[in-house]
Amino acid sequence: MTTRLFGEPVQRREDPRLITGRGRYLDDLGAGALAAAFVRSPHAHARILDVDVSDALDVDGLVAIYTWEDLPGALAEPLPLLIPHPALTHGRTAYPLAREIVRHVGEPVVMVVARDRYLAEDACALIRVGYEVLKPVVGLEEAAGGAHLVHDDVPGNIGAHLVQEVPGPGGETAREAVDAAPHRLEFRLDVERSACTPLEGKGVYARWDADDASLRVYSSTQTSTSVRMAIAAKLGLPLPKVEVVAPDVGGGFGVKIVHPWPEEILVPWAARLLNRELKWTEDRREHFVSSSHERGQVQHVRVGFDDDGRLLGLEVEILHDHGAYTPYGIIVPIITSTQLLGPYKVGAYRVEFSSVYTNTVQVTPYRGAGRPQGVFCMERTMDKIAAYLGRDRTEVRAANFVQPDEFPYDQGLTFQDGRPLIYDSGDYPEALRMLKELIGWDSFPEEKARAAAEGRRIGIGVGCYVEGTGVGPYEGGHVQITSDGRVHVSTGLTSQGQGHETVFAQIAATELGVPIERVSVVTGDTRRFGYAVGTFASRAAVMSGNAIALACRKVREKALRIAAEALEADPRDLEITDGMVHVAGAPSASIPLATVAVLSNPLRYAFDEEAKRATQFAGPASDDRPPVAEGEEPGLEGRDYYSPVRSTFAAGMHAAIVETDPDTAEIRILRYAVVHDCGRLINPMIVEGQIHGGVAQGVGGALYEKMVYDEHGQLLNASFMDFLMPYATEIPRIETAHLETPSPLNPLGIKGAGEAGVIPVSAVLAAAIEDAEGIPIDRMPISPSDLHTLRRSR
Amino acid sequence: MNETHHRVTLTVNGVVREATVPGRRLLSDCLRHDLGLTGTHVGCEHGVCGACTVLLDGEPVRSCLTFAVTVDGQEITTVEGLAQGGALSPVQRAFTECHALQCGFCTPGFLCTVTAFLRDNPAPSEEEALEAVAGNLCRCTGYQNILKAVHRAAEIQAAEIQAAELQAEEGGA
Repeated sequence: MTTRLFGEPVQRREDPRLITGRGRYLDDLGAGALAAAFVRSPHAHARILDVDVSDALDVDGLVAIYTWEDLPGALAEPLPLLIPHPALTHGRTAYPLAREIVRHVGEPVVMVVARDRYLAEDACALIRVGYEVLKPVVGLEEAAGGAHLVHDDVPGNIGAHLVQEVPGPGGETAREAVDAAPHRLEFRLDVERSACTPLEGKGVYARWDADDASLRVYSSTQTSTSVRMAIAAKLGLPLPKVEVVAPDVGGGFGVKIVHPWPEEILVPWAARLLNRELKWTEDRREHFVSSSHERGQVQHVRVGFDDDGRLLGLEVEILHDHGAYTPYGIIVPIITSTQLLGPYKVGAYRVEFSSVYTNTVQVTPYRGAGRPQGVFCMERTMDKIAAYLGRDRTEVRAANFVQPDEFPYDQGLTFQDGRPLIYDSGDYPEALRMLKELIGWDSFPEEKARAAAEGRRIGIGVGCYVEGTGVGPYEGGHVQITSDGRVHVSTGLTSQGQGHETVFAQIAATELGVPIERVSVVTGDTRRFGYAVGTFASRAAVMSGNAIALACRKVREKALRIAAEALEADPRDLEITDGMVHVAGAPSASIPLATVAVLSNPLRYAFDEEAKRATQFAGPASDDRPPVAEGEEPGLEGRDYYSPVRSTFAAGMHAAIVETDPDTAEIRILRYAVVHDCGRLINPMIVEGQIHGGVAQGVGGALYEKMVYDEHGQLLNASFMDFLMPYATEIPRIETAHLETPSPLNPLGIKGAGEAGVIPVSAVLAAAIEDAEGIPIDRMPISPSDLHTLRRSR
Repeated sequence: MNETHHRVTLTVNGVVREATVPGRRLLSDCLRHDLGLTGTHVGCEHGVCGACTVLLDGEPVRSCLTFAVTVDGQEITTVEGLAQGGALSPVQRAFTECHALQCGFCTPGFLCTVTAFLRDNPAPSEEEALEAVAGNLCRCTGYQNILKAVHRAAEIQAAEIQAAELQAEEGGA
């Protein structure tokens, strides 16, 4: 079978254009368009006194300057709060251009339009904004102290406060369970801020068609459909008059799911107002100070357990820094507090978080979306229990695993999609067995002793996670087979390098029995598919993959019905192979799908030879039946949606061996092993690539990356010179093994894979460093100088 | 305020191109916006990420740190010029074969860097290959498949050279 492609390492169909410079990223579009640039706040907290543009007016090529006062109607209102939640009692969002107060360095104040970006920046440099500097709130605990406020009307800087509680098996509260437990531990953990940092920043390019009174917007976004709705609403345009296209996108990792960014509505607005094409391309510094960050949390943990290390009660209090605004609600701390449970049964659980405002860049999901912090918390807890009891760290974990025969397993909490946190499937003991074998867990003590004899310090660590993937509410797929035999697949969600064009084509080719070369896939273009949610939460393969499979099945059924009539056969006896519909076991009785497509659309006019077969005098027709039967539609196409009752739950376990230099405290990863279960694999090559990339980002977060704010709220390392992303020299070779426990929730049995790699890395490396050094590691990231300080303070 | 413009002549991917640019125009912007060669990408604007790497008289340079006027009369190869006569170069083929790119934004810089590297060092060791790509940032791949692709490209290149030599011998005989 040439068409069985599901599960094969098919080469990517995106690559030919991307390796020859023919990709079309946002800034590659719109040659000759006007350029926008922004004057952004240099202060973390200040009142705007005046804006003086007089010097800027002399700049050659200047077209327009806008401030908040220029914005009409809904555009002058605060940006949407995308995901409201009852616990988010004090949600606040920014204005597209600052109104009176700026609340973080980088907040846009003035928009400039000029002939090109150089000139727009010249004008920006000549605009003088007068500020009265206010006291900035920087740092989680300072914010929670509430001495100074980020928003005057948000007491204590608390935006949201949420408690979730699950009683133990005997109905005891977590507090009671911990207090009554044979053993108790109490500790604090810290995780610093990092950011997605895609190599391509954000960007928007808008074309207003005055003749047609319509707008086409290109945005480097993770959700073109929702950007479209936001633009239509903000600009008061009828939805059908707005189209949004996500072109090739140079990485997202979460930051581009937030929308509408100020620029996403300001650029289309100005393009329409000026009746000129207009583009804004974010520069690197802008990305650091005006896009989103994530990760920063302080966690206080109390845990009670028995002699075998089995959890009896767990209490976690989380202080979460959401920056100056909350456009994406409190999704991140909700995910931390629910996914913290991982593959374990924890007895009684109580989690409480306070999400606080600071005068820093807003916090919204970054790959992993709160899970790395949750997993750091739980896995550090497991290691502390093991250390306390003097037991093997993997034994303690195994003692707490949800068992394979316990699925579906209800954790008793409400997940980020508002639905119960019920794990669909998994095999955690097997994953751990595979991981221990892969890394050589049981023989490590000898290895460590040998290294010690040579004066070397090495350590091993392990970390486990469960990731709710494929969250709803839905995605759709449209599949059309045209009379040339080509298969056109579209789905509304977007792509940022995940290989969707390839994996969705694999699904369509497999479902329809056509060569993959005939399949083309379009994502993120509202002209092709208008209903979608977006690409986040490792959901694209699960959601659009299944929707496309379902749409293909509709098309296949129709093709078989039409072919059966033409071949005078029973549709149940038909198969499709290599684009030919044929009677099973009798390949000579066949008809190409191209011809079926012709026959599916009764024609009056023949436009080519093939089309003649569908015209009204071409063949015998039944006089008493309409050409398009009741309940049928012309054309060989189908549309379907996949809307799951709840999320799927992928899982994985990582282990690492590190070496720490006794003198310099340098930390080197000697080995890194991953066992990963994302259900059925569509393309193992692509899944491995996702894992590699995720682990690399995890290593960055664990050892190098943090956002360094000073007490004035200035981001001190807003460049690639100072924010240390790993190069090839920092990333170890990653050894992977796959476990496949299919999801019972969807037709293809798949779970998501996009974020998995990043999730446990901080926990794993903290554990390995702790093992090498014998010093508790409770704060990430950890640099050589941090480790040096820890050694000295021991 | 009117800027002084300068006429520059560049040979880009074997074609003589002219542009009129202000002195401050970066080579990356000149290639992308004046000459329409948008395959060269800009990721950081300060020479750290390497996405904008092009070959200047055969040597890799950061086009975001180079003023267009300073390379007047010189030869430039961009990602658009790596495929010869419609055939993908060994480095391009290796990158796709090894899944060494995801979003593809940093890829042109890696392709140019590796092309120059393998020309000078056609059979690199693991260490040398690592060193060669260690000045370019990629946020998607974790680099493992990029390193694999460097070695695979070396293999393809060696096989091609061997095949060409064989053909030349046969032709000569």
